[in-house]
This record gives sequence, C-alpha cells and structure tokens, in this order.
Amino acid sequence: MPHTLTISQLTDKLAQGELSSREATQSCLDRIAAVDGQLNAFISHDPEDALAQADAADAALASGKSKPLLGVPIAMKDVIAVNGHPLNCASKILGDFNSPYDATVTEKLREAGAVIFGRVNMDEFAMGSSTENSAFGPARNPWNPDCIPGGSSGGSAVAVAADECIASLASDTGGSIRQPAALCGCVGLKPTYGRVSRYGLVAFASSLDQVGPLTKDVRDAATMLGVIAGEDKRDSTNVPEPVPDYIAALTGDVKGLKIGLPKEYQVEGLDPEVKAATEAAVAKLEKQGAEVKEISLPHTQYAIATYYIIATAEASTNLARFEGVRYGARVDGASPEEMNRATRGAGFGEEVKRRIILGTYVLSSGYYDAYYLRAQKVRTLIRQDFLNAFKEVDLIASPTTPTPAFKIGEKANDPLQMYLSDIFTISCNVAGLCGISIPCGFSVSGLPLGLQLLGKPFGEPDLLRAAHAYEQATEWHTKRPKIG
Amino acid sequence: MREDLQHAVKLARIELSAEEEERLGSQLGDILKYVDKLNELDVEGVEPTAHAVPLTNVLREDEPRESLSHEAAMRNAPKTSNGLFIVPKIVE
Repeated sequence: MPHTLTISQLTDKLAQGELSSREATQSCLDRIAAVDGQLNAFISHDPEDALAQADAADAALASGKSKPLLGVPIAMKDVIAVNGHPLNCASKILGDFNSPYDATVTEKLREAGAVIFGRVNMDEFAMGSSTENSAFGPARNPWNPDCIPGGSSGGSAVAVAADECIASLASDTGGSIRQPAALCGCVGLKPTYGRVSRYGLVAFASSLDQVGPLTKDVRDAATMLGVIAGEDKRDSTNVPEPVPDYIAALTGDVKGLKIGLPKEYQVEGLDPEVKAATEAAVAKLEKQGAEVKEISLPHTQYAIATYYIIATAEASTNLARFEGVRYGARVDGASPEEMNRATRGAGFGEEVKRRIILGTYVLSSGYYDAYYLRAQKVRTLIRQDFLNAFKEVDLIASPTTPTPAFKIGEKANDPLQMYLSDIFTISCNVAGLCGISIPCGFSVSGLPLGLQLLGKPFGEPDLLRAAHAYEQATEWHTKRPKIG
Repeated sequence: MREDLQHAVKLARIELSAEEEERLGSQLGDILKYVDKLNELDVEGVEPTAHAVPLTNVLREDEPRESLSHEAAMRNAPKTSNGLFIVPKIVE
C-alpha cells in the first residue's frame, strides 16, 4: 500500500529498490479512483503526466541519484502555478486557464525530484474555512463525509489524510493550512512570512499569504520546508535569511524549551473536548521536559476584526485583475465597464464577492482612515503582543480550532460565525510568525483534534523540534480514517 | 443594501442580482458592526504595520532577462486578434 507511506518511508524504500516511483504514483492514482468520488479532494489530475514524471524519477534513481523528494507524488493546491497545468483557484472566473510558467515552489519541488500531480480543491481564491466555497463542489472530511474538511486548503488536507497523495503543498493566509490539517488529522505548517517565495502563488492578501506543506508527520513537514524555503529574487518580500537544516532540529528533546499558554485563549465557544485535548498535549510536553507558563496576548479579541479588514482590502486590489480581458472567462457587455461587471458578477462566488466588496469599502474615500489605517495600527499592537511574549517563551501552544469539524452547510449562511472560528490561527499571519498544527486526539464522535504551536519569526527549528518530540510520544498521527 | 455599500459594489465592478444584493447587504452590515470593535482601542501615536517583515526598498540590478513570450502571455485571453487583447468599443 505505497500510497499510505510518508515521504521518509517512501524515499527509503525507493533508495533500497523495494519500490518504484511508478508503483507509488500508481498506488495514489488507484486510491483517488477508489475514494475521491466520495471526498472530492481533487479538482483535476493527469495520470499520464504523473506516471511520466514517475518514470523519469525511476530512471534517476536507477542512475544512483539522490534528492530529498525524488519520486515522491505531491498534490498541489489549485492556487500554485504548475507550467502547462490548469489553474482555477477553485473559481469559475479563470475559465480554462493553463499556467504559462512554474511557481518558484514548483521549480524547487521539481529540482528536489518530486512527482507533481493533481490540482486539489480549496475555497475559491483561498477565501473560506470549510472548502464549501469551491466552484467545483465541497470537499468532504474523510473521518465523516457529512463534515467539512476545513479550509481553505481542504482538498490538500483530505488528499493527505485519505492517502490520495504522499504530501501536499498549499497556502495559508489566516489558517488555511493549519485549520484543515487539524480537522482532518494531519500535519500543517505555515512558515514565517518571507520564508518561502510566493512567486507563482495567486495572491489573496499579499501581506499575509505564505506557502507551506500538509504532510502525514512532522519529519515530512521539515523535509518539505527545507526544499521550498529560501531566497527568491522574483519575490521582493522574501527575506534573505539562511535556511537551516530542519531535519537536524528534530532531536526528540524539548528539555528547557519554554512554552507559553495565552490566558486570553480561553474563549467563549471553545469546545470542552478540544480544551481537554490541548491541555493533555501541553502536559505531555511538560512531562518531556518543556517549561510551561501562562502568558498574555492582550489584543487577542481584536485579531479577527483586524484580519478581515486587512485581508479583504488586499484581496479587493489583488482580484481587480480578474476583469475578463487578459485571462479567464468573459461575459460580454456593451462597454468595457459593463463587460467587467458582468464577468465578475458571473465568475466570482458569493464569499469572494462579499470580501471584495468589504475590502473596496474599507479602502474607499472617507472610510480608509476609520477602517484600513486603524486596522494596520491595531496590527502593530497585536504584533507587539507576540514579540513581548516571545521574550519570555520560545513557543506558544493553543488549540488549532475552537471545535472539531462542523457539518457541511452548518455555517454557510452566517459568514461572521465562520470568520470567528479562525480565532486561534489568524494572529500568526497578522504578526508574521510561523505555526504548525499537529494531531493531538479525537472527539468522542471520532473527529480529529489539532494542537497548534506558534514560533518566533524564523523560529521553525524550535517549532518543528517540539512538534516532533510530541509526535514521537504519541500515536495520533498514525491513525487513518476508514473510507469506502 | 445601504447606499455606502452600493457605492463600494459599483467601485468593485461586480454585478449582483437583487437577491444577492439583499443578502450581501445584510451580511456586510453585520460584519461592519463587528469590526467597529476596533474603535474601542486608543491607537493615537501607534505606527501602522503594512506587513510583518522589516524590508524596505528591495532593489536589484536592472539587467535584461528572459520573460514570458508574447504568445504565452496571450494564450489565456478570452478574445484576441493579431496578438492584441480585444475589448468592447471604448470610444464611439
């Protein structure tokens, strides 16, 4: 069952010659054929192209080549450009768009030998927390197909948790990697803002977006980050910080590591099972030698309002380019403006319209200072909260989500309630930190729960070290849903 | 939908059905009421944060390099002619 393997297990077997990349890739393709009709993780995939890449990887392996992802099938969120492959951002507005170039992260995966296949489902333009806002239909949680898988990278989390791929690459603007990872029981890593190039990632909110992996364990997340991190002259927000050896950080030892618990995170609506699982996880880390202390993040209650002003403002300008002229679908009109209006009215889904309108509003003349500028100032206060906390602790622990996965349709008509479910993940992007979600238990109803750890800017080694040490001491990450 | 929101819809160039306008209008009203929370804070003298990394004026050498070919740049356009994008008539 090669599709159930982790990256490290698969690369070992490939190196030993016990398995070929073709067999591993075919195994993922067979798994997709068996379960994806039910789960809808993939928008599209090209089996022939995947197998051709696998054969090339097998030839490289036969000639003695060794690369970190050589022959490993990796599924791409439908927001990252892969030359010659479709790119839809799970929206109707891109029509039959086909990427004319590779994203930098795609190039880096290729250089590392990965088999890059499939376009995985997501909330349209990465806007949402449930993958219900996809023009290609909702993805479903493999632990209970009546439940959402989280979002926006729901397809990535489903594909990884249901073993339809070995790992997936996605994006996180306010929790879009960590939240679905938590709700589907896999590992999701959001690197520090500036750590990974966004060239070739379709922009949602440029001051918040970051690319990162969803994987079956922490070691795989470290491997993926090592491949995709680093400077890129084509992304001016990329920070020229040296890339450390993330695998070397996985020592299994957390002695002396200081972990903070924000007292403001005891929020209304926090599910008792989630709370208990997080407390048990932190107690485990303490038993392993970490020091745990309470900290304060006084502006926590303002994070969601700040985020939804800044993110929608940036989205409204970034998505102005979808106007029916240079790419994508067009609905005709008598004048250019009418054509723009008709194209955008027909092409965008409702959540995207809502956010563009909100973003346009907060940037418009007369409201800019009251909303956008004020939100940027509160952003400073939120960031200072974290930088102050990180003078006392190395990491911050919390639940990833306030509840386990909810039912499909449950919050679909109440966008504000949906936004409020992002409370624990959003500040990480607002403050420019790194964060990871790892499995830490199950609800009584059998749904996965996630522990979130947040680290200092460029503090990924400590983050991965603690996540890995916890994972070594538990078996949550080895559990798999029964599907089909 | 409130008049100020209608103005934003016009600026955003998004055609809405009557039903969408009513639903989005009420949802956006709720969201704006929620974000008013930020007015509780005194932000006098606080510098705004545009993004979270301390980078300014990132420059590179102005050297010619390969870019997308004309054909590749045009290939996803909904309407083209002679290597140009076609739009509805702008001037009568």
